[in-house]
Amino acid sequence: MPLSDFQPVIGLEVHAQLLTKSKIFCGCSTEFGAEPNRNTCPVCLGLPGVLPVLNQRVMEFAVRTGLALGCTIKKTSIWSRKNYFYPDLPKGYQITQFDQPICEWGKLTIDTPEGEKVIRIRRIHMEEDAGKSVHDVAVGESLVDLNRAGVPLLEIVSEPDLRSADEAVEYLKSLRDVLVYLGVNDGNMEEGSFRCDANVSVMRKGETQYGTRVELKNINSFRFIKQAIEYEIGRHVEVIESGGKIDQETRLWDTQRYESRSMRSKEEAHDYRYFPEPDLPPLHVPDALIDQMAQGLPELPRPKLQRFMSQYGLPAYDAKLLCAERPLAEFFEACAQHSKDYKKLSNWFQGELARLLNESGGAVTISTLKFTPAQLAELLTAVEKGTLSNNAAKDVLGEMFRTGKAPDAIIAEKGLAQVSDTGAVEAVVDEILAKNAGEVEKYRAGKKQIFGFFVGQVMKAMKGKGNPTLVNDLLKKKLGD
Amino acid sequence: MELTDLSMLELAAKLAAGEVSSVEATRACLARAAQVDGKVKAFLRLDEKGALAAAEASDARRKAGNPASPLDGVPIGLKDIFLTEGVETTCASRILEGFIPPYDGTVVSLLKQAGLPIVGKLNMDEFAMGSSNEGSAYGPTHNPWALDRTPGGSSGGSAAAVAAREVFGALGTDTGGSIRQPAAFTNLVGIKPTYGRVSRYGVIAYASSLDQVGPMARTVADTAALLQLIARHDPLDSTSAPVEAPDYREDLEGGVRGLKLGVPREYFIEGMDPEVEAKVRQAMAAYERLGATLVEVSLPHTKYALATYYLLAPAEASSNLARYDGVRYGLRAKDAKGLREMYGLSRDRGFGSEVKRRIMLGTYALSAGYYDAYYVRAQKVRTLIRQDFAKAFEQVDAILSPTSPVPAFKLGEKTDNPLAMYLMDVFTLPCNLAGLPGLSLPCGFTKSNLPIGLQILGKPFDEARLLRIARAFEREHDYSRRLAPL
Amino acid sequence: MKLTIEQVRHVANLARLSLTPEEEQRYATQLSAVLDAVAQLQELDLSGVEPTSHATLASSLLREDVTRPSLPPEKGLANAPSKVGTSFAVPKIIE
Repeated sequence: MPLSDFQPVIGLEVHAQLLTKSKIFCGCSTEFGAEPNRNTCPVCLGLPGVLPVLNQRVMEFAVRTGLALGCTIKKTSIWSRKNYFYPDLPKGYQITQFDQPICEWGKLTIDTPEGEKVIRIRRIHMEEDAGKSVHDVAVGESLVDLNRAGVPLLEIVSEPDLRSADEAVEYLKSLRDVLVYLGVNDGNMEEGSFRCDANVSVMRKGETQYGTRVELKNINSFRFIKQAIEYEIGRHVEVIESGGKIDQETRLWDTQRYESRSMRSKEEAHDYRYFPEPDLPPLHVPDALIDQMAQGLPELPRPKLQRFMSQYGLPAYDAKLLCAERPLAEFFEACAQHSKDYKKLSNWFQGELARLLNESGGAVTISTLKFTPAQLAELLTAVEKGTLSNNAAKDVLGEMFRTGKAPDAIIAEKGLAQVSDTGAVEAVVDEILAKNAGEVEKYRAGKKQIFGFFVGQVMKAMKGKGNPTLVNDLLKKKLGD
Repeated sequence: MELTDLSMLELAAKLAAGEVSSVEATRACLARAAQVDGKVKAFLRLDEKGALAAAEASDARRKAGNPASPLDGVPIGLKDIFLTEGVETTCASRILEGFIPPYDGTVVSLLKQAGLPIVGKLNMDEFAMGSSNEGSAYGPTHNPWALDRTPGGSSGGSAAAVAAREVFGALGTDTGGSIRQPAAFTNLVGIKPTYGRVSRYGVIAYASSLDQVGPMARTVADTAALLQLIARHDPLDSTSAPVEAPDYREDLEGGVRGLKLGVPREYFIEGMDPEVEAKVRQAMAAYERLGATLVEVSLPHTKYALATYYLLAPAEASSNLARYDGVRYGLRAKDAKGLREMYGLSRDRGFGSEVKRRIMLGTYALSAGYYDAYYVRAQKVRTLIRQDFAKAFEQVDAILSPTSPVPAFKLGEKTDNPLAMYLMDVFTLPCNLAGLPGLSLPCGFTKSNLPIGLQILGKPFDEARLLRIARAFEREHDYSRRLAPL
Repeated sequence: MKLTIEQVRHVANLARLSLTPEEEQRYATQLSAVLDAVAQLQELDLSGVEPTSHATLASSLLREDVTRPSLPPEKGLANAPSKVGTSFAVPKIIE
């Protein structure tokens, strides 16, 4: 039976590092990149006698995320210990939430070729991250850095509602956008602050029982997610078709060989011996906090996207680009207050503005622009009115970007104002045509290619400041076309 | 009379009056330790330098008229379960041999701020698991009242050091009776406060939902004064109660007139030493004469407390002791080949047999397939035990019982039989499970001059009343004044 | 309740304790005795009883999201059995 007779079934588990200043249970900094074990203290080192105290911002971020994803916020949730031995797990257990997480049953809507699809989110809970081990530096040894131990994580678990690798990628991107919009996570898969494990199985179409599922780990980019899931689906189908059985196991994605491998040394399944964490009382979320977080929710990516399309009449492509980052969308809307040609505005955002930002190599972001939305709008209005040519406007924008000077100041300084006064241009056109009677005759006789000569002469006389459209129109009129 | 025969408050009075200096008192303790600790073996290590420096600072403060607390300058000892910065802390285990903490636990900081010199770290049962101090990896401690007998455990070193007058007072910890039972065996007053009354930050964890820190001293007033210094909320401990402590000495002499004292019928069991039972009953009669009313109460689930404790405490311990893996500190088996072996050998060699037994028991109780039958079931029985006490305390203000079914037993008598050892805690365990405060008070001696302890259990955060009830008895009898013949 | 040696080995493995054969035997006997003693809990009817998982009266203690000084690596690693630079060193972890 071919692949098309099988239905892939995919569920995703995301671990998102939270953008708090300090760790979840101690005051160490969460800043990335410090020398090993520089951001550690007795608590996150797991020294004897230490105890955890919850960072309230972690709870706030969890509630905010739960609300944004339409979850039920549990007024009471419990912390649990997940017990296992590993060098980067200092206490020999991870403090997490096992049977009573803080948020449950939410959803995320994604776009698929077949239309909108709702993916259910089973649960969201808080937990602490483990440290890091590196294996290739010293011979026969692994080195352990606990800077990351204790960094707060949100674990977001979806129901197995996804039916293809593309849907999985779409879900991840949408989820990441929500988290970044909320300001709780920086969405960086490569650096490991947004991590994803996939649970993959297949079932024959028409069947009601899910197949055996496999967990895929170690995937740190959207591209790899797609590859890994597609590979795994294919592998499942192949095994089943050839009469075999899928083992329930954890597999790693090999980014060099483009295949998944079973993790060795899993002779015994982990028995994590979960039990309620006695050092932390049950977590009570006050109604006031839920209300506060609900009030403070920003417009989320998907509603904003839809609004951009309807309110500004922008095509989906434009809207997507503009809404990719909240600050960008907000800057656009601020400009849109003043400049009503939204499509043109969008073009400038995608064109010149994007180019300038890219060229700065990240040194300048939309949030650190030296000019204001009103000023950008002013610039575009000048182009619209015809007092500035498109090319000149690009120059002005560049100058605004570099110096923050107001557009009219730059235009005046550089004498870039374009002449769009019909009378003035007409006068020059008449003059040029009068001076070049011979060419005029040649043109009228059929040598149409000299048109450019006239344009050039007019522009030269006007020192380049003639409104090109106007010059063209008037010349054509006068030359009798 | 030796300087070291004084109580904490008697010494404090002399310090305040300028009659004696803290340095003298500290030197006296060190001299006493040099004299008797070879036989008692209460200390794991002395911190002469640190203690004398603290004593000097105290004397300077007193001269400037600026004492840091009522007990400024009174030398004490700490069970080796408290992390002391720069001073080796082992929890009486080989797995922490040579471990030098980089921080002070909260109660240690509080005592240092209050100006008490810390003479040294005291022996205990390894990881606080035991009732005789024979579980120490560094050898047992001997009871100053009879050197061939145990001082009790797990705070055996703390008890012995105070009873032998090597220190004026000490801190211990109590998870199932480890302050009260040694206090009873050595003629001391010891109190396990309400769970959450004293910070656990910087106290090596055994069973997180049961452990509590408490003072041990020779008089009720001393115990109250020492408790006062450590009874406060700690923002570093999420289980620390946000309840302010009253002045424990304010109404210490208030007496027991009008109080109802419960006598639990389930606490007078077969197998109890008849001398213990007799002395405890005499004490109860004494309370009646002092104006209290005895009321028989029932705590019907008492007989399940032992089983409940010996499932829950090891379960929590098995998790708390997972951090001793040889990775970041502590013993690491250098001959191990590979990580797995490193874990296994380090832990097998570093932990003593009682610790390993409890880790295994706890791991088993939490493991897949057994969690509901053991751990959850035990937590439910714990609820029933709490409810028993809540009901009883609707009728009475405090509950009286023997602290231990027997007086101090001989060293080696119970070491071959873990279960027999566990039975030592039958009267003390239930109040840890219920999170309630419990105190042990000297109430007499056996014919062979072994101390006997009376236990007083109270409502949550009712330590002041327990101390008052204890004082009422102490005032009428001279048991506390008797000193160990060493 | 008699524990088999296999069960003892399984539990010792979970707890990362490399027991000697003598220890395995000894603990099998001793643990079995304890489990027999705690079996009395099975005789209780616990329907409707909630487990007490927390002893404390305190409700959630929360900390403000501000950084506090960390321990310098020299102090944090002072008791390390083996280190390389400011990292803890362990025998190589094989996945």
